[in-house]
Amino acid sequence: MGFLKRLYMLVWKDFLIEWRTKEIFTAVSFFSLLVIITFNFTFEPGTALLKEIGAGILWVAFTFAGILGLNRSFLMEKEGDCLPGLILCPVDRGIIYLGKMIANIVFMTVVELITLIVFAILFNLNIFSQLPSLLLVIFLGTIGFVAVGTLFSAMAVNTRIQEVMLPILLFPIVVPVIIAAVKSTGKILTASPLAEISSWLRLLVGFDMIFIILCYLTFEYVLEE
Amino acid sequence: MKRENPWLNLLGLATLIMIPVSLWAIFIYAPIEKTMGVVQKIFYYHVPSAWIAFLAFFIVFLSSILFLWQRDKKWDNLAYSAAELGVVFCSLVLITGPIWAKPAWNVWWTWDVRLTTTLVLWLVYVAYLILRNYTSEGYQRGRFAAVFGIIGFVNVPLVFMSIRWWERKQHPNPVILGKSGSGLEPAMLLTLIISLVAFTLLFFYLLPQRLRLEDMKDELGEMKEEIMESMER
Repeated sequence: MGFLKRLYMLVWKDFLIEWRTKEIFTAVSFFSLLVIITFNFTFEPGTALLKEIGAGILWVAFTFAGILGLNRSFLMEKEGDCLPGLILCPVDRGIIYLGKMIANIVFMTVVELITLIVFAILFNLNIFSQLPSLLLVIFLGTIGFVAVGTLFSAMAVNTRIQEVMLPILLFPIVVPVIIAAVKSTGKILTASPLAEISSWLRLLVGFDMIFIILCYLTFEYVLEE
Repeated sequence: MKRENPWLNLLGLATLIMIPVSLWAIFIYAPIEKTMGVVQKIFYYHVPSAWIAFLAFFIVFLSSILFLWQRDKKWDNLAYSAAELGVVFCSLVLITGPIWAKPAWNVWWTWDVRLTTTLVLWLVYVAYLILRNYTSEGYQRGRFAAVFGIIGFVNVPLVFMSIRWWERKQHPNPVILGKSGSGLEPAMLLTLIISLVAFTLLFFYLLPQRLRLEDMKDELGEMKEEIMESMER
């Protein structure tokens, strides 16, 4: 089996589980909506400020929902006693990491799309003209967030406080990704010139690459024994 | 039992002398700053604390790499000890900062690049200590902590970069080794150097002490295991 085939098998396994349980799709999407709606009560709806703070609201919802989704990623394996099986797979630890990461990116992106649509409707924002660039930013931000989150999720499930551990580890580390993502989302929502957005995007791509490489290299030490 | 290192006593003595000397230099020798007044004197503790915090976190980073590479428990113990001390000194930076900022800038806090980076740095290493605290003792804990210690340190320049792009400027540019117009009065510079030496001595005195405590804990654990085994037999 080649590298891609193995990777495909691992990702497919996670898709299949999700397809049968629909855990992330239903529960996490619903949670994400609740965050957006809670924000509606804390800020006056329809204010002119909305375009400025909209990016912040969106990314708070994304990161909170992301934490829930990432927690499931390895907790599910642990609860089903599947971690030893996963470790015994005749593949590199790095491939296990990439497989989990890709699955998590896809799950989180789906949740984010649902959130984005509801956000646009509830807050009366016309985002359709900026949709391509908005999707690109969300996707890039998600990659950085999930790259670190997948690694830490594997650590968190092996600690005594399991789900509580993940945000404690993840939030301080993803600060640069969140700043870059919120900044570029905000600039897109306020229709800033492309040059300003692209410099933030380049930064985001750089962070994504650094984090993926770093987490790929260190993952084998997390999943040992 | 390991005997105490005689060099350590010497280091302790040097620290004991240098800390009062630095206090004397700060409060009596150094002149009072013209615009900020007496409050500026906190600078002589603020800057050395920051230097020690960075040094400690760098030690965490290096010993984390060495632990993953050589799998020797002593590197894990060193990383842990340095992280704990680093958090103490980083907390000092974050406490002395606002005390100084309020009279000098009339705000307790501002989201400037240096302040925010220091805050994130503090968060990362508090998270590191929490991670250690909630992972069961053993080899796994060392591995988790080392991975987090490495990623946490590599993260620091990224945080700095992202905040610099986003920042509102408040914290002054480097006073020492800065561009033209910067520079300290010689008496102030000397006081700062004395303070830096005193803090560095203190750190290198505390670090082996903390390390010894960790070694003793390991030894105690081994003894307990031996007793349990002999009782079972």
